[in-house]
Amino acid sequence: MVKGYFKLTAAVLIASLSMNMLTGCAGHEKKSDDRIVLRIANWEEYIDEGGWSEDEMIRLENGKKIIGKNSMIHDFEKWYASVYHKKVRVEYSSFGTNEDMYNQLTIGDVYDLICPSEYMIMKLMSEGKLLPYSDKFRDTSRKDNYYARGVSDYIKGRLDQLEFSGEPVGRYAAGYMWGTLGYLYNPRYVDKKDALDWGLLVNPKYKKRVTAKDSVRDCYFAAMGMKTQSKVSAPAFIDQKGYSTKLSAMINNTSEKTVKDVEDILAKVKDNVYSFETDSGKADIVSGKVVANLQWSGDAVYSMQQVAEDGIRLEYAVPKASTNLWFDGWCMLKNGIGGDKEKQKAAEAFVNFVSRPDNVVRNMYYVGYTSAIAGGGDTTVYDYVKYMYGADEQEKAVDYDLNYFFNKKRSKKNNTYYIKADPQAASGQLYAQYPTEDVLKRSVVMAYFGDKANEDISRMWVDMRCFSIF
Amino acid sequence: MKTLSKSVLGIPYALFLAVFVVCPVIILLYYGFTNGQGQFSVTNFLMFFTDIKTVGTLLYSAAIAVVTTAVCLVIAYPVAYILARGGYRRKNVLVLLFVMPMWINFTLRITALKEVLTVIEGNLAFHPFVNTIIGMTYDFLPFMILPIYNTIDKIDESYVEAAADLGAKFPGIFRKVILPLSIPGIVSGVTMVFLPAMTNYVVLDMLYNSTYIMGSLVGSYFNMYDWNNGSVISVILLLLILFSNVLTGAIHRKEKEYD
Repeated sequence: MVKGYFKLTAAVLIASLSMNMLTGCAGHEKKSDDRIVLRIANWEEYIDEGGWSEDEMIRLENGKKIIGKNSMIHDFEKWYASVYHKKVRVEYSSFGTNEDMYNQLTIGDVYDLICPSEYMIMKLMSEGKLLPYSDKFRDTSRKDNYYARGVSDYIKGRLDQLEFSGEPVGRYAAGYMWGTLGYLYNPRYVDKKDALDWGLLVNPKYKKRVTAKDSVRDCYFAAMGMKTQSKVSAPAFIDQKGYSTKLSAMINNTSEKTVKDVEDILAKVKDNVYSFETDSGKADIVSGKVVANLQWSGDAVYSMQQVAEDGIRLEYAVPKASTNLWFDGWCMLKNGIGGDKEKQKAAEAFVNFVSRPDNVVRNMYYVGYTSAIAGGGDTTVYDYVKYMYGADEQEKAVDYDLNYFFNKKRSKKNNTYYIKADPQAASGQLYAQYPTEDVLKRSVVMAYFGDKANEDISRMWVDMRCFSIF
Repeated sequence: MKTLSKSVLGIPYALFLAVFVVCPVIILLYYGFTNGQGQFSVTNFLMFFTDIKTVGTLLYSAAIAVVTTAVCLVIAYPVAYILARGGYRRKNVLVLLFVMPMWINFTLRITALKEVLTVIEGNLAFHPFVNTIIGMTYDFLPFMILPIYNTIDKIDESYVEAAADLGAKFPGIFRKVILPLSIPGIVSGVTMVFLPAMTNYVVLDMLYNSTYIMGSLVGSYFNMYDWNNGSVISVILLLLILFSNVLTGAIHRKEKEYD
């Protein structure tokens, strides 16, 4: 009997192996075909899937009318065929967390283009898995290089600043969406002052009425925010030279002692929060079970939009001391693209296509996050922000400064990117989608911890969540 | 010829077993008993039993499972008894009513329960353990009722009559006849509730219990790319299942000896 099973197992293994070989062969055959297959993996619901109704059409000041009739993927395939006269077929799949995506790569799934967060990009860089973008892609003189021409100088600067062993992340990643970490709160129950303090999560006033994220890195950041906030908000610290670098170094500290301190803070967080949520936070703040969420800016925008329809008003606050600036970016994988120049061209074209201003607007409208694209000379994205958050009544409007993001040539007399914003949006959706410049001054990109520290911190997180006998 | 066709018919099932049962277990054992470099190692296994936190998790999961099983049993037995022996004309319909919730996806049911509990308790986060027990009981109760009902229903009426003829009153009949004869039902009910209750972390998550149980540990280890430790915990859960099967097997054998 046992022997029979072994034989069977062997047979199955052989069968599956030969299947693999067969499909492998088929893959090679496809290459000689003129159709390029592009395997893309992105976050769930992170790209326009089309199907908008006619009345959702966005009519912008610059005369553009934008509507997502078909999915972005479908439109890309059509666009590629018409511009490059080559057929491309996109195999699109999505993932729920960076870790899931990484595990898929480890099992042997092959992708050409993926869209992980900055720390995962750094991890993949450290493992030599990413392919740098070509010089052609970076050439701003080419008209259809929408990414190179349109990416916000501010975001590009931050991406290039972020380095892993001497190489800027910007070489391997093209920014897609970005945002901050903060508190989404209901102003009826929560003082703004409390939401501007990282300590909201341990504030006994809101015991069991705030949620944290079920994510090691976000909670680690919030805990580091609490740990460092009194020191880093002192005027002497802010005014010193190299403030950003020093702030970043302090928060990116992963020494053994720091991890221990964070564990103590998180134990208090665990006692005080309603839950560590993965997805329920949005629903719970809407139903009133909780009064505040630790939240990413993009999800905050989405929640605020949803409850606005029910007449509830939520606000977004970024703690006064510091915040996490995060990016998701398109990266090409070495083992997917290989040396296939045609494929690389298609992958880079895809990044350019989603960076084309009208497509940027479609994606932003659909997913609620903030694109890294400002538009270069094109005002479409800026007009979209005006379209969404511009004030109806001019007397009540507040000036909202977006020069840091949209203005390519900043100077005192050239600062023209002021939106006459609706005052409610300025402390709500607009503030979450495009934070003011002071927020970004205190923002820190949380780098990849490194394998050793990552393991320590993950273990600390598990320990904190486990039931302790003592 | 006849035997040949029989074994031919068995091939799909054997294939199914090989692909979806044997292979995963082999992979699980491989990762469970190797370290990150792919060398044989029992460190992960030993670490689980020496680390105070993981042992705590095991105990916490066991506590949830034991209490859930006990509560299910206490509720299910009388229900099953009354349904089987209450002399209802349409008892199939009544049983159906108890089993029907199983047709609804459990996340939906827990979502509904969440709202009900919120109305009762105000803030769920203050009683995570109690809520978890309520949620799990709600979720697993049909699995306890059904097997017990089936065994009690099949008890030959003549045993009960015989006991009554010999002068036994209801408590005696119940203790000496019905209860012993319904033990197989209890055993299969317990196995069907106990193990899922140890690992079903979705119920915990949905009811805002922030403490990990065994199931959540597996997930979190895989999230930190630690497949070895994640697999070890799965192996330990497998061993628990094996152990409980051996235990119930022993009970069954004892039963047979009685006969």
